[in-house]
Amino acid sequence: MNLTLKIWRQPHTRAKGKFITYRLDDISPNCSFLEMLDILNEQLIGNDEEPVAFDHDCREGICGMCSLYINGRPHGPDDAITTCQLHMRKFRDGATIVIEPWRAKPFPVIKDLIVDRTAFDRIIQEGGYISVHTGGAPDANSILISKEHADLSMDAAACIGCGACVAACKNASAMLFVSAKVSQFALLPQGKVEANDRVKKMVAMMDELGFGNCTNTYACEAECPKLISRSNIARMNREFICAKVS
Amino acid sequence: MAELNSKIPQGPVAAKWTHYKAHQNLVNPANKRKLDVIVVGTGLAGASAAASLGELGFKVKIFCYQDSPRRAHSIAAQGGINASKNYPNDGDSTYRLFYDTIKGGDYRSREANVYRLAEVSGSIIDQCVAQGVPFAREYGGMLDNRSFGGALVSRTFYARGQTGQQLLLGAYSALSRQIKLGTVEMFNRHEMMDVVLIDGRARGIIARNLITGELERHFGHAVIIASGGYGNVFYLSTNAMGSNGSAAWQIFRKGAWFANPSFTQIHPTCIPVHGDYQSKLTLMSESLRNDGRIWVPKNKEDAEKIRQGTLKANDIKEEDRDYFLERRYPAFGNLVPRDVASRAAKERCDAGYGVGDTGLAVYLDFADALKRLGKPVIEERYGNLFQMYEKIVDEDPYLNPMMIYPAVHYTMGGTWVDYELMSTVQGLFVAGEANFSDHGANRLGASALMQGLADGYFVLPYTIQNYLADQIKVARISTDKEEFVQTEKAVRERLEKLLAINGTKSVDHFHKALGKIMWEYVGMGRNAEGLQKAIKEIRELRAEFWKDVKIPGKLDDLNIELEKANRVADFLELGELMAMDALERNESCGGHCREEYHTEDGECLRNDKDFMYVAAWEYKGPGEYVMHKEPLEYEEIEVKQRVYK
Repeated sequence: MNLTLKIWRQPHTRAKGKFITYRLDDISPNCSFLEMLDILNEQLIGNDEEPVAFDHDCREGICGMCSLYINGRPHGPDDAITTCQLHMRKFRDGATIVIEPWRAKPFPVIKDLIVDRTAFDRIIQEGGYISVHTGGAPDANSILISKEHADLSMDAAACIGCGACVAACKNASAMLFVSAKVSQFALLPQGKVEANDRVKKMVAMMDELGFGNCTNTYACEAECPKLISRSNIARMNREFICAKVS
Repeated sequence: MAELNSKIPQGPVAAKWTHYKAHQNLVNPANKRKLDVIVVGTGLAGASAAASLGELGFKVKIFCYQDSPRRAHSIAAQGGINASKNYPNDGDSTYRLFYDTIKGGDYRSREANVYRLAEVSGSIIDQCVAQGVPFAREYGGMLDNRSFGGALVSRTFYARGQTGQQLLLGAYSALSRQIKLGTVEMFNRHEMMDVVLIDGRARGIIARNLITGELERHFGHAVIIASGGYGNVFYLSTNAMGSNGSAAWQIFRKGAWFANPSFTQIHPTCIPVHGDYQSKLTLMSESLRNDGRIWVPKNKEDAEKIRQGTLKANDIKEEDRDYFLERRYPAFGNLVPRDVASRAAKERCDAGYGVGDTGLAVYLDFADALKRLGKPVIEERYGNLFQMYEKIVDEDPYLNPMMIYPAVHYTMGGTWVDYELMSTVQGLFVAGEANFSDHGANRLGASALMQGLADGYFVLPYTIQNYLADQIKVARISTDKEEFVQTEKAVRERLEKLLAINGTKSVDHFHKALGKIMWEYVGMGRNAEGLQKAIKEIRELRAEFWKDVKIPGKLDDLNIELEKANRVADFLELGELMAMDALERNESCGGHCREEYHTEDGECLRNDKDFMYVAAWEYKGPGEYVMHKEPLEYEEIEVKQRVYK
């Protein structure tokens, strides 16, 4: 395949960025999207140009490190996968592909396509845990949890913290991310004790960091590589209201 | 000079850990906050250790190269975590888990460490459930178990095909809580560049801020390395792209001996290689072997036609299929340990029965399971794995059998540690995959997660206190001290030297070339001639690297090529040591298969008389390593040939 790539280049956070166009020929359709960028970078290094900086690590869709806004969609044109799992067979020969970083105020660009997502860590630090010390936990089977609740909790816990939900939202809302963590614990008996405090603190931090309000358009759900359901947002809203009035 | 003292406590194996804990030194609560601990790596071992030490009151600094501690590669573990809970009432016990792990490791691991691992395994599950890890449950609300390779009981706990993710997020949440409480300070996008030794003790590290490129000095009364394994020496592996052996190699250069470097696990069920541009290999969980059956065509002609694309897997009749694991190992069938399954697949492919375009693949077939259990059950058990396969290969595994081939997955070798997980350098501890201690020559499935969390939650919080108890009189050392300054200077000089080469070939070029040598000669089948060749070729490649590598960009900037170059420079030394270790070990054991040493029916032939030891290598200079032996003594377990037939 022969491709035209329009890639966002930005030397550092405060610098002004711009799109640069690159030509890339003879790419195999079985190549992954990030392997295509590897090939581009090899070409750039050969031409004494600086390679494109992008985040990635596990390359099997689970670490959540890769990002990229591809042709206007987080993680590109395929559904329910991350950029590292996207393959070039999803594009046609001769295509022009526009590649941008996540665009959201709480995720400032560090360089080129790399953004700073520590805002997500800060939200988790507010209450995305059950306060247990190591040691002294009761026998695991002393806490019975219905299969239904365990499965729903697992559905929410599958979030990989990539930030596609924020990138997809026109308000840069983090509701899907925060609600997934709130739901995971709200559905489990272990998480009930701190539930009120948790939801209040996590929502407050989400607001403080500059994430926007929910638009109710569910672009987040549509673009989530792990199919996290918007019903988690409803659950979080319910938890939040209950916490506020209790 | 360092010496090998494994510090195994006295007494029968089942009483050692209790005895140790009862007699060890502890640090009182008021003194804990005067003691600093550095942790490198935020995977299961690092995150759980940092969280637990923070809870105890120590001042902890933790480092990871990723943008968040939640991204460490433990997250990619799929199938599960072992624990001898015996919930299914199928005959499990601490002893049986201990026995299976020693046998699975082909009698090349240390009894006392492995027993302790089995002993604390149950507490790990309790801890994780209390943290809110959503393990799979039965309809009655109890925890569910599945079986894994190398065991006759079902002792594996799991969270769909994402167990590593859920356990890591549990440890990450415990860590996040401590960060909020201020006991742990987090340094993301930071990479350790060297350890700082003062009077022979580990007293800190030099780290590079990967965003600004700045070198930083950090002090700690003790340092814990939990930086994972070094499988990326093969370039193509199931490891994350950033996984590296550099922390282990830095401390090796500073006196921490390296044990059994050649012990590498080749995982049997990975998606086969498809092209030169390929950057990594994707694992298909071992749990698939619970329901999938592995086969190749019985007739070479059929295999040939499949390779040419004129015949499809589903066209081959049942009687023309060779379910080679079931045929060779009727007792364990498709659930033989990983090393055995990998070798058997290689044997069939080498003999000309392989499938796929390249002939380097075998089938993993779910047709029987789909018939027996129905699609919804298979979907629930393995849905995410099937989806992953389809996205990569572009073929529906519900309709056609998967194609799989072995790939580098895990390194059993690692920094030599004693019973307390301390290396041969005082105050320098090593945990998780980075150490060598528990898996011998082959790790059983679902045991890596168990070991990482055992080390971090239940071992280090005790053993490190035994060391720190007499460090309370050591005041925090200023990072202006000469040793810090000198170590930082050496790091800067090395990085400047790399940048100054300004050659013609990229870092990836050298990494791929190294990977080819390693896979060819230090991979699944090894022989003396090949290993000697590997050593020679790696030396030549290393010399070429230091003359001709091209790294664009600057030192004081985000520079991904420089990060990669620094890691590959270390792999180019580590790879040679792996080959030397493999050459030295004239036997086959576990994942180390020397083609010269096998039984008549093609199984591994151990040589317990001459090789029942841990090979601990000491650094004397680049390419100059001296081997020391820690003899292995089995008091509780009768040493036998490993049979899974």
